[in-house]
Amino acid sequence: MSEAATAAAPQAPAQIPVTVLTGYLGAGKTTLLNRILSEAHGKRYAVIVNEFGEIGIDNDLIVESDEEIYEMNNGCVCCTVRGDLIRVVEGLMRRPGRFDAIVVETTGLADPVPVAQTFFMDDDVRAKTRLDAVIALVDAKHLPLRLKDSREAEDQIAFADVVVLNKVDLVSEDEVRKVEATIRAINPAAKIYRTTRSGVDLANVLDRGAFDLNRVLLNDPHFLEEAHDHDHDHDHVCGPDCGHDHHHHDHGHEHHHHHDHDHDHHHHGDVSPIHDVTVQSISLRGGEMDPKRFFPWLDKVTQTDGPNILRLKGIIAIKDDPDRYVVQGVHMIVEGDHQRAWKDDEKHESRLVFIGRDLDREKLTRSFEACQAQ
Amino acid sequence: MPTVAPLDLDGHCIAAVFLDGVPHFALADGTIHRLDHGHQWTQVHDGLLCASVEHSGKTLLTGGEDGKVCRSGGSTEVEVLHEAPRKWITSVAAGPQGVLAFGSGRTAFARLANGTIKPFEHPRSVEGLAFAPKGLRFGVARYNGVTLHFPGTEGKPVEMEWAGAHTGVTFSPNGDFLVTTMQENALHGWKLSDGRHMRMTGYPTKVKSFSWSNKGRWLASSGAPAAIVWPFQGKDGPMGKPPLELGTRGNTMVTAVAFHPSEEILAIGYADGMVLAVRVADQKEILLKREGKGPISTMNWDKDERRLAFGTETGDCGVIDIAG
Repeated sequence: MSEAATAAAPQAPAQIPVTVLTGYLGAGKTTLLNRILSEAHGKRYAVIVNEFGEIGIDNDLIVESDEEIYEMNNGCVCCTVRGDLIRVVEGLMRRPGRFDAIVVETTGLADPVPVAQTFFMDDDVRAKTRLDAVIALVDAKHLPLRLKDSREAEDQIAFADVVVLNKVDLVSEDEVRKVEATIRAINPAAKIYRTTRSGVDLANVLDRGAFDLNRVLLNDPHFLEEAHDHDHDHDHVCGPDCGHDHHHHDHGHEHHHHHDHDHDHHHHGDVSPIHDVTVQSISLRGGEMDPKRFFPWLDKVTQTDGPNILRLKGIIAIKDDPDRYVVQGVHMIVEGDHQRAWKDDEKHESRLVFIGRDLDREKLTRSFEACQAQ
Repeated sequence: MPTVAPLDLDGHCIAAVFLDGVPHFALADGTIHRLDHGHQWTQVHDGLLCASVEHSGKTLLTGGEDGKVCRSGGSTEVEVLHEAPRKWITSVAAGPQGVLAFGSGRTAFARLANGTIKPFEHPRSVEGLAFAPKGLRFGVARYNGVTLHFPGTEGKPVEMEWAGAHTGVTFSPNGDFLVTTMQENALHGWKLSDGRHMRMTGYPTKVKSFSWSNKGRWLASSGAPAAIVWPFQGKDGPMGKPPLELGTRGNTMVTAVAFHPSEEILAIGYADGMVLAVRVADQKEILLKREGKGPISTMNWDKDERRLAFGTETGDCGVIDIAG
């Protein structure tokens, strides 16, 4: 069905939210999935899995599909979608009313990018569903090994909105902190939750609106500040027993397991010291932007560096514009919109984070700063 | 004046067809409804995904989320031809003399008239299926092209390559051309005698519906504010020729097309539920049905040449009698 067709359909139902679970075999995806399905939250889920694993999934509506990456025939190597998801989502959405949300569980080797791009590039899928968030399950004990032997593990973390750092009971506090620092080095924008037995509060993985421009940066107001004010890492890290409300995070809050504020997370600047990490993040900060320069710059950067950009997120202050402008992107797909008015006590500044590979930090910084209004 | 006999159902209509002169409506919920001395229905699948009328014109093949391939029609009992629990049957195609093909995951299956099932494995998903008009041969639309199989022999498959994901496939009625729908907003074609390519692009959305005129002189397609009708009269098909645009409307999209069984008249269904008939020769339009609740998802003519069954994504189905 076409986009126009959707527009013409009266009382079109709201878009169904889609949560993507990534992570290596044994990281705890199925355990988390079963918790999502079984906990009393009144929602019904359709589950799309690659194969029925050894642990059963307790749900009425499970669809098995072969992970099928399709490159779009437009000459752009990063324009990939998951053909199986297009087919399955289309089939599921012909019988709406059976479920309120969709969970996609990927294999350990899955590339999260085509999964996410399916929800932006395919008009039919996009008309009926919306990507809510990409959740990466990480095994605290085995992550260092995974990062040595695969690029997928790193990609999954780099691409995630939420990282569930699982099985922390199997490693020492010191090791947990090292793993956290590694995750932070790969992806400074993700929220990290320490858990055992995938025991993360489901409110932290469901209904995140991580790709919703109205919410994308409301949920984590600190991720960009942290990249700049790099004196504490406690803003993002909570243990399984943490009941702290992250939507209204207090800067002064301090967790018992982070009293020493170690500085081994070099996400904010120089090349990562962690040997097996090839993903870098570049945090840019500037004043008010000249729209005549900033938007062409963003277009150009995403066109030329798109294949190397896994994610980008930012809040932009446009000169003479009373509203915050937010952008988020995946490879060459960039979305931006006015989010809300700047508050009186907010400094009008622009912040942008790129997560990717082979990005020229110096050039990006220089060209970004050149877009500032005079 | 055309008259419309409505049948208001609840759910997405996958196929509205005539079987032995009786209108049948196959819905995504797995029910098949028919207008045979009143409204009757049968639960055939738990989730119906695809359908194809057999060459006899009396039975419908369907595939479902329940892993079943079924043959049904009229009041006869449903025949389960194949069953693979938990595997979606995503495509089905009717062939000559009761032969059929169906696809599930990366396997295409041919079921011969004697009930033998032959699997054909593919490296990528089987997206669409169609039998050639002559001989025992079927095409599998797949990533980067089409594979042609000959289930009656042990012959090697023939690969037709073109980069991109091909989602549906059809042979021209004379068997000279092979055309696919793609994940991109385009059709792709091959001239089978020499493998020459035909690129048919310019659509604003994906092409979901296509229909050949009875002698194969035209191929109509959805995916634009008009029905896009490609000329296939010449030996090289539409190469270098622009398509006709029939039934252009500014505010909606064509979602289904169906050529009349003998005349070069095209039924065009739109996203707002309207149906027009347009004659190719002079592009004269007749309104067959006003706007409805949802997009037209399927249309097929009866062999009597005066009735058109239609279905929509919202379940407001029916039969149009063009003679009134």
